Amino acid sequence: MTRFSFWELARKALNAHQDWGDQWRKPEPKPAYDVLIIGAGGHGLATAYYLAREHGVTNVAVLEKGWLGGGNTGRNTTIVRSNYLWEESEALYDHAMDLWQDLSQELNYNVMYSARGVMMLAHTVHDIQVFKRHVHANRLAGVQNEWLTAEEAKAFCPPLNIGKNIRYPVLGAALQRKGGVARHDAVAWGYARGADKYGVDIIQNCAVTGIRRNADGLVAGVETSRGFIGAKKVGVVAAGHTSTVMDMAGVRMPLESNPLQALVSEPVKPCFPCVVMSNTVHAYVSQSDKGELVIGAGTDQYVSYSQTGGLQITTHTVDAICELFPMFRRMRMLRNWGGIVDVTPDRSPIIGKTPVPGLFVNCGWGTGGFKATPGSGHVFAHTIARDDPHPINAPFTLDRFRTGRLIDEAAAAAVAH
Amino acid sequence: MTQIRRTRSGGRIDRSQPVRFTFDGRELTGFAGDTLASALLANDEHLVGRSFKYHRPRGILTAGSEEPNALVGVTRSPGSGTPNLRATQVELHEGLSARSQNRFPSLGFDIGAVNDLLSPLFVAGFYYKTFMWPKSFWNRVYEPFIRAAAGLGVAPTAPDRDRYANRYAHCDVLIAGAGPAGIAAALSAAEVGARVILADEQAEMGGALLHETGATVERQPADRWLEAALAELAANPRVTLLLRTTAFGYFNHNYIALGERVTDHLAVPDPDLPRERLWQVRARQVVIAAGSIERPLVFPENDRPGVMLAEAGRIYANRYGVLPGRSIAVATACDTAYRAALDIHAAGGSIAVIADLRERPDEALVAEARAAGIRVETSCVVTGVLGRKRVRSVLLGRLRSGSVTAAGTVNADCLLMSGGWTPNVSLHSQSRGKLVWDAERGAYLPGAAVQAERSAGSCAGVDGLAAVLADGAHAGAEAAREATGTAHAPRQIVAEGGEAGIGWVLGALPHDRDAARVRAFVDYQNDVTAKDVKLAVREGMHSIEHIKRYTTTGMATDQGRLSNMNALSIASTALNRPVPEVGLTTFRQPYTPVSFGTLATTSRGDLFDPVRKTPIHGWAAGQGAAFEDVSLWKRAWYFPRGGEDMHRAVERECRTVRESVGLFDASTLGKIEVVGPDAAEFLNRIYTNPWLKLGPGRLRYGLMLNEAGFIMDDGVVGRLAEDRFHVTTTTGGAPRVLAHMEDYLQTEWPDLKVWLTSTTEQWAVIAVQGPKAREAIAPLVDDIDLATEALPHMSMREGHVMGGIPCRLFRMSFTGEAGYELNVPPSRAREVWEAVWANVEKLGGCAYGTETMHVLRAEKGYIIVGQETDGTVTPDDVGMSWAIGKKKRDFVGMRSLARPDLVAEGRKQLVGLLTRDGTALLEEGAQITREAVPALKTPALGHVTSSYVSPAAGRPIALAMIADGRARMGETLHVPMPEGAITVEVVPPVFVDPEGARLNV
Amino acid sequence: MLLIQCPYCAVERPELEFRYGGEAHIARPESPSELTDEQWADFLYMRSNPKGVMAERWRHVHGCGRFFNALRDTVSDRFLAVYKAGEPRPAIEVSAPAAPNKETGR
Repeated sequence: MTRFSFWELARKALNAHQDWGDQWRKPEPKPAYDVLIIGAGGHGLATAYYLAREHGVTNVAVLEKGWLGGGNTGRNTTIVRSNYLWEESEALYDHAMDLWQDLSQELNYNVMYSARGVMMLAHTVHDIQVFKRHVHANRLAGVQNEWLTAEEAKAFCPPLNIGKNIRYPVLGAALQRKGGVARHDAVAWGYARGADKYGVDIIQNCAVTGIRRNADGLVAGVETSRGFIGAKKVGVVAAGHTSTVMDMAGVRMPLESNPLQALVSEPVKPCFPCVVMSNTVHAYVSQSDKGELVIGAGTDQYVSYSQTGGLQITTHTVDAICELFPMFRRMRMLRNWGGIVDVTPDRSPIIGKTPVPGLFVNCGWGTGGFKATPGSGHVFAHTIARDDPHPINAPFTLDRFRTGRLIDEAAAAAVAH
Repeated sequence: MTQIRRTRSGGRIDRSQPVRFTFDGRELTGFAGDTLASALLANDEHLVGRSFKYHRPRGILTAGSEEPNALVGVTRSPGSGTPNLRATQVELHEGLSARSQNRFPSLGFDIGAVNDLLSPLFVAGFYYKTFMWPKSFWNRVYEPFIRAAAGLGVAPTAPDRDRYANRYAHCDVLIAGAGPAGIAAALSAAEVGARVILADEQAEMGGALLHETGATVERQPADRWLEAALAELAANPRVTLLLRTTAFGYFNHNYIALGERVTDHLAVPDPDLPRERLWQVRARQVVIAAGSIERPLVFPENDRPGVMLAEAGRIYANRYGVLPGRSIAVATACDTAYRAALDIHAAGGSIAVIADLRERPDEALVAEARAAGIRVETSCVVTGVLGRKRVRSVLLGRLRSGSVTAAGTVNADCLLMSGGWTPNVSLHSQSRGKLVWDAERGAYLPGAAVQAERSAGSCAGVDGLAAVLADGAHAGAEAAREATGTAHAPRQIVAEGGEAGIGWVLGALPHDRDAARVRAFVDYQNDVTAKDVKLAVREGMHSIEHIKRYTTTGMATDQGRLSNMNALSIASTALNRPVPEVGLTTFRQPYTPVSFGTLATTSRGDLFDPVRKTPIHGWAAGQGAAFEDVSLWKRAWYFPRGGEDMHRAVERECRTVRESVGLFDASTLGKIEVVGPDAAEFLNRIYTNPWLKLGPGRLRYGLMLNEAGFIMDDGVVGRLAEDRFHVTTTTGGAPRVLAHMEDYLQTEWPDLKVWLTSTTEQWAVIAVQGPKAREAIAPLVDDIDLATEALPHMSMREGHVMGGIPCRLFRMSFTGEAGYELNVPPSRAREVWEAVWANVEKLGGCAYGTETMHVLRAEKGYIIVGQETDGTVTPDDVGMSWAIGKKKRDFVGMRSLARPDLVAEGRKQLVGLLTRDGTALLEEGAQITREAVPALKTPALGHVTSSYVSPAAGRPIALAMIADGRARMGETLHVPMPEGAITVEVVPPVFVDPEGARLNV
Repeated sequence: MLLIQCPYCAVERPELEFRYGGEAHIARPESPSELTDEQWADFLYMRSNPKGVMAERWRHVHGCGRFFNALRDTVSDRFLAVYKAGEPRPAIEVSAPAAPNKETGR
């Protein structure tokens, strides 16, 4: 495989770039693998990559019913941060944050991780209490996060309206400076190329239609649109489609799949230096390297696999953007799309073993899975390879819904007094 | 010399009305009825913009909303321009100020064009392969450089002052597009009596009829018929005609969004009009009459200013009276370009050549062109153009069995091209209708509809004016029949002329040039070449979505309207798979970009979210209160006097309440009337507490869990009668609690005879708290005995105040002082409040706000749901096991309380904290640890939930949730802060009057 | 925005008038205390989340206020039936042909 570099680019340019080869192979499925990963999104591809790289498990196939990176990986607003509240979440997301730092070099693929800062706005006294709790908790955990006054927030993001003329004036913000964005497609492609390099088979246009178990109840392989493929272990990383896949193994999941929308504006010259999020007014915005304002909208209230949502969800988000950044009313929405997010009752993921021996699941990332991609793949690979969770994902079991040991990040947005 | 390319006559412009405008500061003149593009062309200005990546000079390619090149910024006042407007859509008005974009320092000389020289390096996906070393350079050097080079126009910097409006509408038939098909559909549908909305994105309705100068409809010239048809529609009250209105989104259940640009075309907009208006239409039936879009040819240097689509050239000539060049070459694979050449010729233009790719084009057309003296070459391909900022000459090649030999050069300053027509299936696809590949036409056509829609006219692949009119009329009649149930024959419309668009080509054209050196553009704006598409395929990007994302083809502001089919064809060739097997990228809303202002409509400031104010709000505002947002409510936060800050005001208010009396507006509390024979049983199941034995006239604090066992709300509940309860909830929780109750009542226990009514807005609540509370209200109470024996703590009576104002009088306290809450009708609340206030003032009391309320309750250790609790807290965690009815066999959340983790050791429990030094005020949210300097990643024991300076305790106090907190009484712990740890002692969470003696004065 | 028929009001109204209530026909157990933790967790959290026909609850919160049930195809978002709370699930199991999006092979 060709190593990517400026010199290689220059060298290949001499022959009009005729000599570049496939970034990943298009293999036919083998009859059996040691590990099958269902779902070639960022998390699934990262899992395969770390299985091969960290655990020497290379007889791996990643099955994808569509095209790799075509689900939420290629549809999200690419925000990367780790300033979560609970220790379990801090550990998981900060693990990912550590991996983001060198990911481009590690994969030899520029994923354009851009540490431009993620600022979360507080609009009420309650918000301030909650965000300060995050800041203090994060500091003890070594997770970067700091409190800014409204004026400091404005200095960090000059377009921000901190005037009192808006419905919920900005009272302050929590800032994670190394938070930022990354190029979503490149993450999927980089991991795909990296996994492929170690011999992982990435098999696209291959829909899983059944999960076969042997007489002892162990996983034996999967039925697919391209025939049966045997496997000792199967990892399900199917995001919004997890319930459907797990149902094939008779496992019910605490998940609901909701439409989540996002939109971009037309590209403009740099006008927005960071990422701004507001849970209170429902706005998430950054500017891509291409110049588009990238804006995350909310979920529709109902279960749907249609990858479309209601206009009212989009307009509500644009309302909020225009409140916070009134100069953007003359910007124009260029594209609006939807994905399918799998949401758990406590808004934290499920990463681990399942009641079926040999069957593993990594799901429930809801609206915020992209940021965790490297960490998620890393610990899930460990879990599959060792048949035992990594300490970081040990708390994120399916069993927590039985014991009540929830990791409720929605608590951050708990009942306002 | 101005407007040197203007024809002598003709067109729909008003030559009697010259219009002055500026482009990049230069003053130019056009006519009323021009677009910015037609006016620039009239002045022979082709160079209008720079491309996204290579900053190549670009001209005007089209005459419509699909324009990828000629994007401009239009400024109305400093800092408030709109970037990226298509010059082809910007209507000229006096004083219009437009600027070119993505160039520095000027359009003619752009430093960014150095990228064009580096284009051998800057191929598709190059940035994924480089800029990785040294690592720190990405954020500091590479990315800032890339960002500065990218982007098109400049975002506005000043707050937008314009207004935007919103309309919801319903109709029987919505017709998107008012070309011949759309107008015919409207005429037919209107005849049935259907309510019709006909929307068109342009400034005039008519579509192709506006430039079909040779055609006749109903034996009249096309434009004459158009005028009559539009007059007929305008006269019909059931028809709504929307100009400058784009159907941009097709959502579920026939919900269509339209964006109307109301005033942008006016030099002096009427201040009473909104700038833009969002229409949200629920249509019974939709007719999509979106027409078709001419496709560029993919040949080397096909992006030079002066290269233009053939039909666009025809539109400029016929509709705007502008010749697109002095000497015009035409390259085509489609018949319609002949009509463009002939019309331009007839308008006085000079056609240098028609180069037809096809070996045997329609003989009649060729003969007609030759008869007009136009040179026609068949089997002739354009292999490039010379000229950088403007086409100078055109290179021709002879096609023989797939290979090309040079066939000379033609001097021309304009090249019109046509690769055939792409039916505009965007809306159909947005509606999730299927698309069907038609190999005969080389096009995707609308397939089966999924929603109540049909496509008509050329967007459905129908060719020729007569057929398009007939198809539109039929679609209109059918849509109206399905929407209204009334059948009616479609309007018969006879037409002649307006030829069909026979002939097409897809993909890159063959040429005889050095393939390594020349570039043929597929996506103009994003600078994606045919070579880029092939490179993507070579690198393993085999899905069309991968190709799109890797090359960015189709991701420009035209959303691939011009480029998608050519890219698909090139990919199909490179992959050696037929086009339908390669797939097609998704058509996404919006059809064309929509301003955020249009989407946000009126939602700003106080209209962003409703503001809820209590009846006392005006009084509090008059007293100079500061307010805080609590859910939708504005609550009085504190009442500063004489320059007090919050700290001082709150300290005074706290002391006053404990010493004499305070007045507090508690109207925002949620209130629910629970009525019916089973009301007590219902509450027994909803709350943790027992309710069956609570006597009428008594109050009880109620604690409510969600089914997961965690505290979701609390509040005092009064029993008015055996079958009637007055429930209060937290301010923010009211809607959630009512929904929760309704859910259980309706779906789990429909057998219970209980009715729930929100009474939040039926009762204003005036809380009077403090040792002199009774004195403050006694003079005003008509018929309730206030003596403690008659009305003890936690009891209530119904009666009257101030001579007949109904009042539910609660004796209760959230301060630890004796207190009353007067529930009175909101219409009388201000009057009662002011009367109580008069007494309070006499007694040396004060009004207090939510901050003081918080301090007073914290001194007593009363929790605030959402502050001490966060959705993970059980009753036992906050020391409220007493609130659980021990004998109850079930209540919501009870089973969950027995789950392993909810009974485990080490749960966080509510405690009080006192700082060791007695002066430091802890920060809410601060963490609590065993060690003063804990090792990194040591889990904290808990956190501070509430922290205030307590005037009663004479020191700061805090509440906290700490692991095993109740077993830690007296322990010394630490609150690490950035500037050092604060030492604290764990104490019981009650700081004032632990016995509760003050409640019963 | 969905268009939803309320079976009590017998009118179609926009989604804005309704609040989604999640999966239907998950009855609260008669005696929760007798359930194992697994059984209780099943009731609390496990959902079928089907790709296809789903029985779900809606409340006409800004209309009559009543809860009702609906069958909806979660792939096309098309409603197949609405029915009052307490009524059995209509025997519609096969959805109208879903609307697979040909372009992306979803």
